[in-house]
Amino acid sequence: MLTLTCPCCGVTAEETEFSPGGEAHLKRFGPGSSDQEYEAYMFNRKNPRGVHFERWRHAYGCGKWFLAARCTMTLEVFGTYAAQTLEPPAEIVAKIKDRHPGWEGYS
Amino acid sequence: MKRYSAFAIAREALRQHKGWSHAWTSPEPRNSYDVVIVGAGGHGLATAYYLGRNFGITNVAVIEKGWLGGGNTGRNTTIIRSNYLQDPSAALYEKARSLFENLSQDLNYNIMFSPRGVMMLAQTEHEKRGYLRTERANALQGVQTRFIQPAEVKKLVPIINLDGPRYPVLGALWQPRGGTARHDAVAWGYARACSDMGMHIIEQCAVTGVESAGGQVTAVNTTKGTITCKKLGIVVAGHSGALADMAGFRLPVESVALQALVSEPIKPCMDVVVMANTVHGYMSQSDKGEMVIGGGADGFNNYTQRGSWHHVEETVRALVETFPMISRLKMLRQWGGIVDMTGDRSPIISKTPLGNCFINCGWGTGGFKATPGSGWAMAELIAKGEPGPLAREFSMTRFREGRFIDESVAAGVAH
Repeated sequence: MLTLTCPCCGVTAEETEFSPGGEAHLKRFGPGSSDQEYEAYMFNRKNPRGVHFERWRHAYGCGKWFLAARCTMTLEVFGTYAAQTLEPPAEIVAKIKDRHPGWEGYS
Repeated sequence: MKRYSAFAIAREALRQHKGWSHAWTSPEPRNSYDVVIVGAGGHGLATAYYLGRNFGITNVAVIEKGWLGGGNTGRNTTIIRSNYLQDPSAALYEKARSLFENLSQDLNYNIMFSPRGVMMLAQTEHEKRGYLRTERANALQGVQTRFIQPAEVKKLVPIINLDGPRYPVLGALWQPRGGTARHDAVAWGYARACSDMGMHIIEQCAVTGVESAGGQVTAVNTTKGTITCKKLGIVVAGHSGALADMAGFRLPVESVALQALVSEPIKPCMDVVVMANTVHGYMSQSDKGEMVIGGGADGFNNYTQRGSWHHVEETVRALVETFPMISRLKMLRQWGGIVDMTGDRSPIISKTPLGNCFINCGWGTGGFKATPGSGWAMAELIAKGEPGPLAREFSMTRFREGRFIDESVAAGVAH
């Protein structure tokens, strides 16, 4: 079973305590953007085999949103970090590169 | 290809069954084909089959990274139905269901289609109203369904508990011509027919890249070398995102794990398919006697082909109330498959941003039932370069254009 640590309250719990919230770090495109940009923001996803950055909510705990870096092939969690983060923190990126030297990095 | 028949069985019985040949051949890939299809599951093989049968295109290779039919084709719960709310879905799924009726004869391969009837239980007032609406939509679409009352449900499924208390049965949407088929046999039958037409089915051959020039696809790189092609069809279900990435575009698709399980085999006790969508569980009895149970999908991106354990628990916990007798059964096996979910829970059969590259994906939790119709529509798209009437509404641009085929609302759940 997938185990996550909530960076907001520090609790480590099984996935049943959390709600998944989809891909993280999406750049928002709203009124005034092109159809392609809006479509990409609303619907198109990286959906990678491997390292994935995603949103989670500690639904049956503190209720706060946070972000996680996880491998979709193994369910290994590289780390969790605050939702108010625009891109993956350096220490998480370093940890992923340590585990997956061939990883092309966040883009 | 030697035809299978009662006469052939008798003939082989007299010569110690030495005359049977392989159902399909496993050739080494050529350097070039007119059409390359990635993915030898049911949908990919059906696409190849109808390319040959309907359009006479037989210079085709079907490339498979694993073994034939080893992905979701071999992992689903084999249910066939077409009781959808939206017109484009009903047309596509009803086409598939009607093709299933004659598929054994068509392929000369027994796919064990069993039109035993599919029942979708209404267990809340909301769901009952939804199914009454679907019943009327189906009447207009020419799909034979009927809303039946609890007494008739009990008559068709004697092992059911109608009274709840938490999930009482208020009626059901009944499609008597729905049912099940042997999922592996569908893939094997199509493979045999494709091989017979001279198509190449290349297993254990993973695609590692897609080459293009001037916005048109030119070749695929594989673990068995580069294969040039005039047209490329991507039919890889849960791995569509990875193939789209190689072809240079993104899809409105996310891959998650969907699970199923079977009980130990027991004597025949239920001869219809029952779906209980409020509790995300559905059940039928296989020819071997196992109760085949399908459950909910995980909510997070996953490529592990196994699901989270708590989904099994939730599914079975809910089904035990409706079918009290299953509480004493042991679980025999549990497994997962990677399904590709779109935002509107409807599939994509579409041209792509890359010229002469076509994609068939997004079947989510309910692709098996569509296998022949999906192949039929995809073959037409590849052969003509433009979608026919079945595929037209399922373009990947529908998200940009706001033309959703919203079955997630229609069904209330993933389907």
